[in-house]
Amino acid sequence: MLRFIARRIFETVPVLFIIVTGTFFMIRFVPGGPFTAEKAVPPEVQRNLDAYYHLDDPLWKQYVDYLWDLCPKKFHPTALADGPDLKAAFGIDLRPSFRYANRTVNEIIAEKLPVSLELGLLSLGIALALGLTAGVITAVKHNTWVDYTASALAMTGICVPTFVVGPLLVLFFAIKLGWFNASGWYSPRDCVLPSLTLGFVYAAYIARLTRGGMLEVLNQDYIRTARAKGASELRVIFRHALRGGLLPVVSFLGPATAGILTGSFVIEMIFQIPGLGREFITSAFSRDYNLILGTVLLYAVFVIMMNLAVDVLQVWLNPKLRFE
Amino acid sequence: MLSLSPKDLPAADLSAGQLERGQSPWSDAWHRLRKNRLAVFGGCVLVVLVLFCFFGPLFFNLSYDVQGLGLGGLPPFSKVVKIYDAATKSMLEVSDVSHLAYDPIFLNNPEAKSRLALLADGKTITIGGRLYRPSLYLLGADSPHGRDLFARILFGGRISLMVGLVASAVALVIGVTYGAVAGYLGGKIDRVMMRIVDIIYALPFTIFVIMLMVFLKDPMEKFDTWLAQYSIIGDTRGVSQILLLFAAIGAVEWLTMARIVRGQILSIKKMEFIEAARALGYGPGRIIFRHMVPNILGPIIVYTTLTIPAVMLLESFLSFIGLGVSDPMSSWGTLIKDGAEKMEEFPWLLIFPGGIFSLTLFSLNFLGDGLRDALDVRSSKD
Repeated sequence: MLRFIARRIFETVPVLFIIVTGTFFMIRFVPGGPFTAEKAVPPEVQRNLDAYYHLDDPLWKQYVDYLWDLCPKKFHPTALADGPDLKAAFGIDLRPSFRYANRTVNEIIAEKLPVSLELGLLSLGIALALGLTAGVITAVKHNTWVDYTASALAMTGICVPTFVVGPLLVLFFAIKLGWFNASGWYSPRDCVLPSLTLGFVYAAYIARLTRGGMLEVLNQDYIRTARAKGASELRVIFRHALRGGLLPVVSFLGPATAGILTGSFVIEMIFQIPGLGREFITSAFSRDYNLILGTVLLYAVFVIMMNLAVDVLQVWLNPKLRFE
Repeated sequence: MLSLSPKDLPAADLSAGQLERGQSPWSDAWHRLRKNRLAVFGGCVLVVLVLFCFFGPLFFNLSYDVQGLGLGGLPPFSKVVKIYDAATKSMLEVSDVSHLAYDPIFLNNPEAKSRLALLADGKTITIGGRLYRPSLYLLGADSPHGRDLFARILFGGRISLMVGLVASAVALVIGVTYGAVAGYLGGKIDRVMMRIVDIIYALPFTIFVIMLMVFLKDPMEKFDTWLAQYSIIGDTRGVSQILLLFAAIGAVEWLTMARIVRGQILSIKKMEFIEAARALGYGPGRIIFRHMVPNILGPIIVYTTLTIPAVMLLESFLSFIGLGVSDPMSSWGTLIKDGAEKMEEFPWLLIFPGGIFSLTLFSLNFLGDGLRDALDVRSSKD
């Protein structure tokens, strides 16, 4: 198992290398740069700007320098306790931002990432709690009105996109009823609408997957055996069936967790939340090279780690996979 | 009592003969699909929607970009009459008396006011003795431009449905070819090809598409002007944006299709009829596309129907963050975005496009689920 994890972590290095290289050259080869949108600056100023950001170096040198700054040079995870600063903890320098004067990408990430993580984790919690409960209940009460109602609700969650649900929730609960603020991220109350909007979609997918997985498992012989030996219905469901029924959910959770983080782009836009997703989109529009590279890398690491966690979880849940 | 006359016999024989012809798996599936009410409902809704979006504008004489001064945020079911106002030498759109009371142009123009006389039957308006027939703004008008929302939803549907269909087709072609080749060739080539798919899977999709859209926007606009110079198509606005949407979405959606097709190809690769084809000396291209792919059409069809809603969702997501087609063109995503901005004052601007879009996704998903059950495809989706 440890060898499997080690191999997978080792395999991410070339993948990340490909992502950095591809992104680096893609954003450089298209026309337009971080300073072209503004009104023309005097040539001397432009020269100073280029020198400050090393834009006057040949492209290959900029690339090699960037890669070198990216390499972890030390290992002090304890520094993370003061805040998610990658430079203090691992010596990873993501360079200064082009558009935010006097701010480094490290600082921007350290400030915005916790907001996105908080929103993402809350939504994931809601999605899991709602989705798993609904999925198990609909599978157990198969073909009853409970099943039909919950399944219809799940279909609604899948078919009505977040950017319709979000504004409608704002319209009803914030503007008409005045229970919440329409936008912003200041008090715990502000988390309610965004995390519900984001969580509901994924709850719908999880409910459908759990229901499918549970229905398949509940028909199998070992469940009949468990019932025959006199296990209570609750024990059959939670101890015996759920473990197998969760498999499709687990394989969905890898992309879903990544999706919850990237899906929060829209949520952060609708609810004006100062998270990393909004930062990524604005940086892409404003050609803030370093900030784009930093956020892309961060998301890529996140997606890869999630997929790895899912694979490990799957092996743990499904004994059949352990021999492979 | 029943008695068969000799005359009846041949007819009876004939019907027995028809029964013995048996049913192909496809017609079996068709019968199963027709029994699934939700799938039939989804299919019918889709047919109606496609017909309306593509042919509706031709019949109703609608236009999506004609602006109406003072019609911004017009509520649904409003009737609007267009009159020529000699005093200001312009067209004046008048919806109804209550609306007129707020119309700045009208208020500033007492002369026009005096020449207007409204008939109370609500159908026609006479002004200075002339009869005008109002046109119906079924779903109201957008704000602040006052363009017919019904027309914009139909034209937007064209773009959304087209992106959904074409991008899925792109994904279909790439995915089937890639998966089939990998599965058929097997060995090292298969391992390398699938490893590439795994790597692309590990990339953050959405980010990839967003970057593609942002960074190819300018070069593609140059392509637009180039196209305008040489092409016979009069209006090349937005051609590049739509092409870009096709390419960007198609480029990320083929991966799952490739995996599914490869798995299916592997499962039929060792069957006798493939061996027979090989024994006949057919080349790999012919074996893959003439013999193998037709035999795995079921899963391919099912997965394609489920790709279309995913693609449409991705398109509307891109439109929502401002990367879709640009004004005055619309897609359902851009309409939802505009509606979300104006929903406080004019909630129907969000509700109608959002509702139509969700209805389409419902129908596609119901149809896809129905097809999966009818063709009896096992899928990891649920």
